Amino acid sequence: MTKVITKFTRNVPHWQPRVKPVDLQAATDEQLDALKVTPSNTKVSEYVLTLAHDVESLKVRSPLFNGIMYDRGGMSRAERELGALGASMVNHCIYCAAVHAARHAQLEKSTDVTDKLFRDGARADLGRRDRAIFDFAVALSESPSRAGPEHMEALKAAGLDEAEVLDLILSSALFGWANRLMHVLGDPVRVPETAS
Amino acid sequence: MAMDTTALNCAGLSGAPGGVVEGRAEIFQMTQAAEEAVLRPRDCGPWSHELRAALAARIAVQNNERALAGQYLAGAGAYAPLAEPSHGGAAEGLEAVVAFMDKVATDTRNVAAADISNLQAAGIADADIVRLCELNAFLAYQIRVISGLRLMKRAYA
Repeated sequence: MTKVITKFTRNVPHWQPRVKPVDLQAATDEQLDALKVTPSNTKVSEYVLTLAHDVESLKVRSPLFNGIMYDRGGMSRAERELGALGASMVNHCIYCAAVHAARHAQLEKSTDVTDKLFRDGARADLGRRDRAIFDFAVALSESPSRAGPEHMEALKAAGLDEAEVLDLILSSALFGWANRLMHVLGDPVRVPETAS
Repeated sequence: MAMDTTALNCAGLSGAPGGVVEGRAEIFQMTQAAEEAVLRPRDCGPWSHELRAALAARIAVQNNERALAGQYLAGAGAYAPLAEPSHGGAAEGLEAVVAFMDKVATDTRNVAAADISNLQAAGIADADIVRLCELNAFLAYQIRVISGLRLMKRAYA
């Protein structure tokens, strides 16, 4: 028996697909290439095997994801994670929220911000800079038209420069994409230890 | 450096994008490559380029991105009526698909396992469900990038 997780957590769950992932044994050459499967690397997650059904999208998405979250310069990695977390909380993507809250805590060497967000939601007591970042990510994720000049003013007033704001736009928007795959195509579950 | 991508064009930043956008040029080029992959793939399954364009235009309209909607609508062919959100897809035999796309686009948090099993019950293959999700998910990203860039351009002019 598996239990679907419905509350936000930093304890990353297992992702259980709602559709049948690609069978690695039956994968096409193009799929194997996109999955980066080599004789020494045959371990591929069920999530990536699910996305391999649309191999053309998978091939372009992975480098884009890495570029937005990890390219040098601009916004700090932890703050990009906060943008990702804002989107994931709006879309109630438990899996994405867990992964990116855990990364935020790891990068910041503190669980303070994510503890508050998971306990108190959008009204959590955050510092000025985190508040501006989180509020913008939430507004853009709820509906792009909800994000307005007042959010930009708050970001500027909190000291973010234009390069940082660009990275925040990209990381928040990217999770509009990621959440619509993770949250729609599968369930976050706890697998009992005895079953593993 | 001029960068001819849909996101920068719709945000009014393609002609002279300026320093910070140029600093992320690769991201915008990859974003455009992603548009090709979801709107105009070589292997489109049962979802033709015209149908994908119509569904993309519909999501753009739902988010009030009229210029983007117009661009996609131009490629929608006979599926153009689907770009109007009040059109439920019955005439095209696509009611289940259209209802699913609307929910994923505008009410993501409430999508549940039943929404996937309903598509499966309607005879849609798992691979084709993934294709619909990728199209929808990419549009969510592209629309938010455009909207955010427009705000940034005004605030940091």
